[in-house]
Amino acid sequence: MGMGGLDTVLEGVLLGGVYALFAIGLSLIFGIMRLVNLAHGDIVVFAAYMILTATAAAGVSLVVATVVTIVIMFAAGFALQRLVLERVLGDDILPPLLVTFGLSIVVQNGLLLVFGADSRRLQAGAFESSSIALAPGLSVGLAPLIALITAFVVVVLLQVLFYRTALGRAFRATADNPQIAQLMGIDQRNVYALAVGLSLAVSTIAAVTFGIRSNFDPSIGPARLLYAFEAVIIGGLGSLWGTLAGGIVLGLAQTIGGRIDPEWQILAGHLAFLIVLIFRPRGLFPSRRR
Amino acid sequence: MTALVSVKALDAFYGDFQALFGIDLELRRGETVAVIGANGAGKSTLLKSLAGLVRNRPDAVQLNGRDIGDAPAASIVKLGLALVPEGRHLFPSLSVEENLLIGGYGDRRRSPWNLRAVYDVFPVLRERRSSDVTILSGGQQQMVAIGRALMSNPSILLCDEISLGLAPIIVEDIYRSIPLIRANGASIVIVEQDVARALRHCDRFYCIQEGRVTLAGRPSEVDQEAVRMAYFGT
Amino acid sequence: MTTDRLPDGHVVAETSAMTKPVWRLQSATRLSRAAGVAAIVIFPLLILVPAVASRNLLQDLIFVFTMLALAQLWNVLAGWGGLISVGQQAFVGLGAYGLFAAVALAGFDPLLAIPMAGCLAAIAAAILGPLMFRLEGPYFAIGSWVVAEALRLGCAQFKPLGGGTGMSLSSAALANMTGTRWAEALFGIRAAAARDVVVYWIALLLVVGITFSIYLFVRSRLGLGLAASRDNNAAARSVGVRTYRIRYLLWVLVAFATGMVGALVYLQKARISPDAAFSVVDWTAYVLFVVVIGGVRTIEGPILGVLVLWALQFNLSGYGSLYLLLLGLIAIFVMLFMQRGIWGSAAARWDLQLFPARKLLVRDDS
Repeated sequence: MGMGGLDTVLEGVLLGGVYALFAIGLSLIFGIMRLVNLAHGDIVVFAAYMILTATAAAGVSLVVATVVTIVIMFAAGFALQRLVLERVLGDDILPPLLVTFGLSIVVQNGLLLVFGADSRRLQAGAFESSSIALAPGLSVGLAPLIALITAFVVVVLLQVLFYRTALGRAFRATADNPQIAQLMGIDQRNVYALAVGLSLAVSTIAAVTFGIRSNFDPSIGPARLLYAFEAVIIGGLGSLWGTLAGGIVLGLAQTIGGRIDPEWQILAGHLAFLIVLIFRPRGLFPSRRR
Repeated sequence: MTALVSVKALDAFYGDFQALFGIDLELRRGETVAVIGANGAGKSTLLKSLAGLVRNRPDAVQLNGRDIGDAPAASIVKLGLALVPEGRHLFPSLSVEENLLIGGYGDRRRSPWNLRAVYDVFPVLRERRSSDVTILSGGQQQMVAIGRALMSNPSILLCDEISLGLAPIIVEDIYRSIPLIRANGASIVIVEQDVARALRHCDRFYCIQEGRVTLAGRPSEVDQEAVRMAYFGT
Repeated sequence: MTTDRLPDGHVVAETSAMTKPVWRLQSATRLSRAAGVAAIVIFPLLILVPAVASRNLLQDLIFVFTMLALAQLWNVLAGWGGLISVGQQAFVGLGAYGLFAAVALAGFDPLLAIPMAGCLAAIAAAILGPLMFRLEGPYFAIGSWVVAEALRLGCAQFKPLGGGTGMSLSSAALANMTGTRWAEALFGIRAAAARDVVVYWIALLLVVGITFSIYLFVRSRLGLGLAASRDNNAAARSVGVRTYRIRYLLWVLVAFATGMVGALVYLQKARISPDAAFSVVDWTAYVLFVVVIGGVRTIEGPILGVLVLWALQFNLSGYGSLYLLLLGLIAIFVMLFMQRGIWGSAAARWDLQLFPARKLLVRDDS
């Protein structure tokens, strides 16, 4: 029982790494632009399919496919903002919500048309199923462990970007007050476009970590959006470390719930979210500032 | 001599509301110009129009002979015109030093204004460089706001009500920096509700009342009564 | 000297007998009066439709009426309440499951079960509301989706109503539904078709009732107060508008009506499953499409929008994913280039109002 419990906790934490990666992309856009991208989950799935196509059709290795897709998705995010989202950003929150919801429907059905409804998986060869021993008798899957480490690394890199670079200052200033930021010579259109590009790039990383360990099909996007959102709320707005923690908490909740009854896994996550909302509406680790 | 900044028949609107009616104004190189007027007269709107936060006809505002009336604020700053906005509007997510640094975001020259130079003019900021800006006193925040604008190395600095809400002794402190700023080559526009102070520090002034220029000239050439009438309109 | 007052007693002016302006509040326009007359004519015609319509047409009309009802409800919640929900399918599903529980488990008459199902949805909304209102704007939207998903998963665990695979209503349970025997006799049709006729009438009643209630709400002080809050919350509250309370009330009432519509839809289908009853595509995506195309924040808009949806559905629904893709693209384009929707843009351009809600102060110089 002791070992089984530790096993569960470990599994939950590792799952949390993937959820954290989902959540970071969502949190980035909201933090900088106050935009919630309802197509976020579907975009992660889209990235997974792109990587799949690159490996299956072009025959490149998974690593190369991922890197290429990251670059393409960054550019796509930039274009998405400049061409589409920019036109609906404003004080009214309804248009961006409706546009991104429409986008969600478009991406899902587009993927369905092109790839069909079958489940797919990203092939990573031996990497997928290898495990690593952390302690005598305690081993974890290598892929999930790398996913968690990747989540940490991404948060560290983003913190460096935001707090130690001029661009990061520009992001934070624009998030505070886009009008006054203009007086500093910052064109908010480019800042926002970079933010969306960055979000899509991070989502691609999420896609590859997810696609290696789980099956995916065009319809799973909305569920990913909900998990990302729950992780952000549980962790608390305004803090990337909080989002990471939120992802881990969600992963734990789901895994523990799943151990009790497999049918309860996702519901357990929703319940954890609702409980945090009742008792800690600002999240477990909210940022001081906003 | 051609003006550095030239404003011709500027009308400014907020939606349907007209705030400025046919403003004509000039700023010549090396000058300090004051814009005085009561609350709501349109002074801030004028500065925002110059800085690009309020858009206008292209030829309503000219900088070095170049039309900038409809240019976006981000590009106007790169042309050398910086605004210290009314109410300061520092970035709460950034520390004091980061607020200054962000001011220099669009600037490549780094001279004569850089972090060291700003700290020389406002030494108290050097002590507080890593502070959260929200815990600074009003006067210190104003210094950060001015320093932030200076970091873009402007040839024209617009100061919107920098004495607002500050104790007189602090205001004197801040106004002591004006000659230093002038000495480094900037031409300045000061917007003030405090008429006496504005007239003390300027070469020329304009008085605005209900969106129109009611009086313009040199402080030495006009008497108090004329200014009072132009200010209040009766 | 005469004193002029507004209808509520405020003194406007005191004038001598020479000039005596009389002020009155006017809402109706010529167009709105014409529309009112048209509605009074059309309504009885719609009631008589079952006498001449095929069963397919009846089912199509049930779809139109229920979609329109859901769209009007979503619209008033988002446009006036400022609550943008992507999870109204929660209440559709709750209403549907409420009806099935009342009919299959407790043996109630299906017609009676409809308002009961509405109450179930309303109670859920009353409990969940304060919780969800802690989420701001867009996060409220996703939060509502989470709630819908949680309810879907919860219902999938509820074995008495079929669990994950769902269940059907037995024809025995449906046979004694009030009105079916009467419809059978009146139109000489069999039980299943008679049920569709009764459902049609209820759907017509619901959509007219809902639209009219929304119109009255929008015109009322409450509606005005909420619209003011939407523009400037602090200012509205400073003049005494109890934003939170009105919004909460609206949220619960919308859930009640949505629940009834859900109950009615699944009464007609006579078969339920969690994935269908809580489907985000059927009960939110289509609804959003209708509202966006027609025009957000107008009452006329969704009417136009649902007709567009009907036309598209009629011609293209066989294309499955391609059809949905097209709907999504249309919605995006409309939001980008014609944000007010078809009706909204036309109304703004030519100042049209079929449901007049503005109060203009006009001088009566007669």
